[in-house]
Amino acid sequence: MVGWEFPPHISGGLGTACQGISQGLAHHGVDITFVVPHRFGDEDTAPGVRLIDPGPPRRPVTSIADAPATGETPEESASAGFAPREARAASYETVAVAGDPSIANGEESPTVLGALRVLGIDSSLRPYLDAGGYAHMVDNPSEEETSSSTAPAAASYPGMPKSLRPYLRRHAAATAVENPEHAPPEVPPEVSGSLSDSDALVSTTPAPTSPRPLEPVSLGLTRDGRYARDLFAEVARFTLAVGELAMDEDFDLVHAHDWMTYPGAILAARRRGKPLVVHVHSCEYDRSGDGADRRIVEIEQAGLDAADRVVCVSHYTSGVVTSRYRVDPSKIRVVHNAVTQRDQVEELHLEKAIDEPIVLFLGRVTFQKGPDYFLQAAARVVREEPRVRFVLGGTGDMLPTMIEESARMRLQRHLSFTGFLSGIDVERMYALADIYVMPSVSEPFGIAPLEAMALDVPVIVSRQSGVAEILEHALKVDFWDVEEIANKILALLRQPALRRQLVEDGRGEVARMRWELRGQLLRDVYTEILGERAAT
Amino acid sequence: MRSIVFYFQVHQPFRLRRYTFFDVGRSDAYFDDEANAQIVRRVADKCYRPMNELLLRAIEETDGAFRCAFSVSGTALEQMALWAPEALESFRRLAATGSVEFLAETSHHSLAALFDWDEFDLQVAAQVRRIEELCGKRPTTFRNTELVCSNEIARRAEQLGFRCILAEGADHVLGWRSPHRLYRPEGCERIKLLLRSYRLSDDVAFRFSNRGWDSWPLRSETFADWLRALPLGDDLVGLFMDYETFGEHQWVETGIFAFMARLPHEVLARGMRFETPAEVAARFDPLGRLDMPWPVSWADAERDLTAWLGNDMQKAAADVLWELGRDLRARGDAELLERWRKLTTSDHLYYMCTKWFSDGDVHKYFSPFRSPHDAYIAFMNVLDDLGRRVRGRERRATA
Repeated sequence: MVGWEFPPHISGGLGTACQGISQGLAHHGVDITFVVPHRFGDEDTAPGVRLIDPGPPRRPVTSIADAPATGETPEESASAGFAPREARAASYETVAVAGDPSIANGEESPTVLGALRVLGIDSSLRPYLDAGGYAHMVDNPSEEETSSSTAPAAASYPGMPKSLRPYLRRHAAATAVENPEHAPPEVPPEVSGSLSDSDALVSTTPAPTSPRPLEPVSLGLTRDGRYARDLFAEVARFTLAVGELAMDEDFDLVHAHDWMTYPGAILAARRRGKPLVVHVHSCEYDRSGDGADRRIVEIEQAGLDAADRVVCVSHYTSGVVTSRYRVDPSKIRVVHNAVTQRDQVEELHLEKAIDEPIVLFLGRVTFQKGPDYFLQAAARVVREEPRVRFVLGGTGDMLPTMIEESARMRLQRHLSFTGFLSGIDVERMYALADIYVMPSVSEPFGIAPLEAMALDVPVIVSRQSGVAEILEHALKVDFWDVEEIANKILALLRQPALRRQLVEDGRGEVARMRWELRGQLLRDVYTEILGERAAT
Repeated sequence: MRSIVFYFQVHQPFRLRRYTFFDVGRSDAYFDDEANAQIVRRVADKCYRPMNELLLRAIEETDGAFRCAFSVSGTALEQMALWAPEALESFRRLAATGSVEFLAETSHHSLAALFDWDEFDLQVAAQVRRIEELCGKRPTTFRNTELVCSNEIARRAEQLGFRCILAEGADHVLGWRSPHRLYRPEGCERIKLLLRSYRLSDDVAFRFSNRGWDSWPLRSETFADWLRALPLGDDLVGLFMDYETFGEHQWVETGIFAFMARLPHEVLARGMRFETPAEVAARFDPLGRLDMPWPVSWADAERDLTAWLGNDMQKAAADVLWELGRDLRARGDAELLERWRKLTTSDHLYYMCTKWFSDGDVHKYFSPFRSPHDAYIAFMNVLDDLGRRVRGRERRATA
């Protein structure tokens, strides 16, 4: 599995989904080696995950998802033999075993049958970055301390789809010339006929009988041991590291989560002749509408084309994938997200310090999430019902505009902003809310409303979301219909019976959305592919 | 004989901490005491104390011929009393020389004059008391926050008994007229208007260390020559600047202290003298009337109010702030009222300024927040909390 964030610290995002999926699969006896981009040196930012010795790998699914994993204390790092960055031969480290807390505590849990091992690749990639955001991140060392203008030392990329090569190759030349002994490694061309597709391999090297380990030095970090300056260069660097790692790991298939992990997953699958599953949590068209970055779309296209199966988080997304990317519907499977069940919901109900009801938006403040529709609905509600407090929580590229817009709309007495919220503050925010609104313009799934419902908060969700497909006990609106959003907010404010009904029924509905059930579905997808493989 | 009138502004705001939505209704710790203490101590060490020593020496060496004026905001006085008492002591020594005039302003460095005349009167009266305590003399000259002045503000100051008011010598107000004369604001009968000579003031305050400036490095002899060379009839030159020019904005390494130590002697040697605003106001009659229908300030290139009230966030924040003040005064809760007054300090609005491309970098330099939006979020959360406290106390009182 190549994925994101262990443990997740951006709520409702890829990290949460990756964690749930891993737990669900582990529940059904699937062993997982979870590979994540991980910023070594950030370990203190995400408490709760401890470094443990993973022991010898069994036969895990190598899943490629995207999220920095973190958590061990410096002493534990030292005792686990973390070498200084310059001296590390390999570009990855085992950072944590996450998922069921009992695993992290080193105890066997009877309910978890599969083993979960997390390997971190030292990388500054984070979910939801775009090219501009990445450049901003590396140019602002106060926020993210490392940057480098050096492209990664690189190899050639046999086995990579042609459309991806330009992004990867332009960072490749230098080292190969300077270090001829580290010239591009020979890599087996694709092994299985079922993998072959239009991007024919150009490798002229005959396939070796067994995969040859790569020289670690030619891969991974840039020559000065730092992160690449440009998002695509960093993705290329990550890709190489995943490709190298794949040679040392034992696995049956590769499962990748969203575009930044696709090239690495393709490389890993091709080198070892294993099937590939790509999991679509969101597409560039969801995130950016018609302002989509062509380069990202091409990478997504390559991943979807190379995959044996495409898992979509909703029928809504499956529609986007078939129409925008022309993916063969016969290889698409829909597996909805679920919600991590909490035991101590009660503790989160902190005492409310504000008398009036709180209507909450919480998420990335970006085009995709529709914060502007939230503001417009708020303006309509306060005309009717001034005793209400709207909270626009989270941060994103639209936040400054939203703040200015709210001042222009004279909403200052009814609207608060929180800026970035993390960890416990996210849950506190849900717990304080009386109504949660998700007015997303295009939402492949949207876990956040489920988290709100789990905390007894009634939700209003956009019909342009995957979660609307599976939710019964939620109010649904079209994101552009701000009159209707306002109408439903007012209804919930004024009709306690409606509110009670939604909360009661919603609690049960969310409790039935367990990751264990999704794990079964995903396991079925795996079985299906491996069965086809065995048959050919 | 030409008079050089120095006036230095000393001010420190009570900066807010990053007060979040979760603090609303829970925490009454609005201000970042730690940062405020640290900043006032640093400025006292780098500017107030060394510069006060330098001016004391200048007064001694010239037998009192060097004279100047200060306006020290009430919030700065309070911070010095709390965290830098030795700086306060050194201002007292300056006052004791008799060569230094202390001006009146609003106690909380606020823009009350634009929003609430009752509050304006209260803050001016409070500041007058504080200055009397500091130097034993009742101030007769008024300078409004950020040198914001208009006909109306001047008239109000006149009604409060002030004889002189300071303003920016802005081109759009003066037209062809010289800033180096005394005027009378339109609609006033007695009060006199003393203007800032912004080019000469900014030569010291802004351009002094600019190596791209053709007069760099500026020597005190040269500057005194410029003052001497002004046209006949330019009887007075108002050099008004932030006191932090010395040691904070212009570091000690730029030679600003040496420049200032030498300047009094050079000025006197060229047959000019130093006077305070009250002294020139007593000695000169106004040359004519000056019309300031709209408020003029000393800030940024525009010399208007846009640094504090230029964008929608600032206007929204000011609306809520001043409305809350009227409620609070009606209820007379002294403790909450004082908290609110600390929020009226103009700096809080200044931090929300979004004029990034011309003067924004200056705003950014002074702001404790990472962005104007962060400043707005924290300020609005604090106002939200304060409003709740006001209403909460009333409910308890009536219950």
